[in-house]
Amino acid sequence: MFQTRIHGRGGQGVVTAAELLSVAAFDAGHHAQAFPSFGSERTGAPVVAYCRIADTPIRSREPIVAPDALIVQDVTLLRQIDVVAGLRAGGVVLLNSTRYVDVGPDCAVTAIPATEIAVRHIGRPVPNVALLGGFVALTGMVSLAGLDQAIGERFGGALADGNRAAARAAYDAVRQRQAIGQHQGEGVHA
Amino acid sequence: MREQIEGSQAVARTVAACRPQVVCAYPISPQTHIVETLSRLVMSQQLGGCEYLNVDSEFAAMSAAIGASAAGARTYTATASQGLLYMVEAVYNASGLGLPIVMTVANRAIGAPINIWNDHSDAMSQRDSGWIQMYAEDNQHAVDLHVMAYRLAEEVSLPVMVCMDGFILTHAVEEVDLPEQTQVDAFLPPFEPRQILDPDDPVSIGAMVGPEAFLEVRYLAHQRQMQALETIPRIAAEFAAATGRQRDGLVTPYRLEDADVAVVALGSVLGTLKDAVDALRVRGVNAGVLGITSFRPFPLAAVRAALGSVGRIVVLEKTLAVGIGGVLSSNIRTAMADTGTPTTTVIAGLGGRPILQASLEQMIVDAHRGRSADLSFLDLNTGLVERELARTRASRRSGPAAENMLRDAMADAVPESGARG
Repeated sequence: MFQTRIHGRGGQGVVTAAELLSVAAFDAGHHAQAFPSFGSERTGAPVVAYCRIADTPIRSREPIVAPDALIVQDVTLLRQIDVVAGLRAGGVVLLNSTRYVDVGPDCAVTAIPATEIAVRHIGRPVPNVALLGGFVALTGMVSLAGLDQAIGERFGGALADGNRAAARAAYDAVRQRQAIGQHQGEGVHA
Repeated sequence: MREQIEGSQAVARTVAACRPQVVCAYPISPQTHIVETLSRLVMSQQLGGCEYLNVDSEFAAMSAAIGASAAGARTYTATASQGLLYMVEAVYNASGLGLPIVMTVANRAIGAPINIWNDHSDAMSQRDSGWIQMYAEDNQHAVDLHVMAYRLAEEVSLPVMVCMDGFILTHAVEEVDLPEQTQVDAFLPPFEPRQILDPDDPVSIGAMVGPEAFLEVRYLAHQRQMQALETIPRIAAEFAAATGRQRDGLVTPYRLEDADVAVVALGSVLGTLKDAVDALRVRGVNAGVLGITSFRPFPLAAVRAALGSVGRIVVLEKTLAVGIGGVLSSNIRTAMADTGTPTTTVIAGLGGRPILQASLEQMIVDAHRGRSADLSFLDLNTGLVERELARTRASRRSGPAAENMLRDAMADAVPESGARG
């Protein structure tokens, strides 16, 4: 079981990101479960969504308390809530940030400027899908082609194209860094 | 067809496959996605032959459902929480009149304090309303229950409430095998009403009944629910034959054969409970789970048969009957009255409080060691309670309790240290 927790703010597509990841995992033949922890939908309020991916049916309904990976769509949340709570040792942390931020010991932090990527490719500051592109490159939980397909099932026309391009740009940026052997704790400039 | 789909969408599409002729609903979280999807299916004529009524309240929704069903239409509505409370008078009328309406309750707490998250307080408040109540364990179960609900409702002439946990199920995206239209059509024949408002053959429905026959009409309502105890397993078996999905109908036992401790519960917490039981069995604690699908009618005999050999029973409830404790527990104790099996009640998950596997494991271990209180509250933050009690002792005008406790809880939640960097 691979458990991902996504933190962000209302309006950033946190819930959509978890759902897309679950659809891509399902399409790839895994069992997957995505669910939000929000209730009163308010733009700007902290939102958490979860995605479990497993090769056996998923029965648990508890929120993810010990994630293998974190996606943080807004780094200002780091000052507001305990984002890394329960993160497994060596866990993956993907931040939407133009620069590296130390979030704590024993985790692999990667920062990508997902909002900028989104503005460039979608025309709106919605960083969720760009972050998923980076997440795919970091974890290999699903393929970029699988993510492309999930994006196509969710969005239509130009919005699908823009989101695919944003995912690809973030994916390439992370892959480039990996290829030239840059260590964790580095920001990625796309 | 297997799809990775949100619970609400899956339920809406399944309801559509049941070919309702009237859908009337008033939106309320967390039911909203269900009725939004159904309204789109009606608008786009993917659900043909159906009228979607926009109503001005839940009371109107149930009133319109009563009229539609009495006119012979297969009728659907959905609600939650305060919405269910607002329609209560009509809820009783629907069952009293014997109208086979199907209603989804996207279970949510009721106020005050206002809370939009999940527990079972809403549906439990209607346990004696005369409706059949079924509780879904996951979204596949929710989907299957809706198809079976129409068959059951129309066969026994009683309305059926399908209860699914708000947000936890309604907003969860997971794998669901959606029944094919041909499967549903084969399983669910067109609605043949036992009574119908027809201008060409006029009858009146809803007579005032005095002391001379009221008891007998109510007795018959009870008998029809008792009859449903036999109808439900039969319909579940036919559903299994039609779809290949095994459904027990009344109760779902899990690893009870050799269990020392059994946890009894309703709804989505059953999944986490099964994980907890599997983990504990590795550590040598023989536990099992009994899921109650049919809460009304309450399957006394099936419960007794399933729990007959266990040493201890823990009833885990997402509702609090203030002044006594459990609701489901009382029913379980009635079923087990002759056995003397020690039974304790644990209240959990109220107002969306997460129910953690670790807490469930501890709860079961405590029960196994005979250390459970008659009534306990899972993960109760006693500090929060103590501080409010201290305030009430310190000052007559201690102010509104909910606001005081919320302020304390939020102060406690601030992270101890901010992020570095």
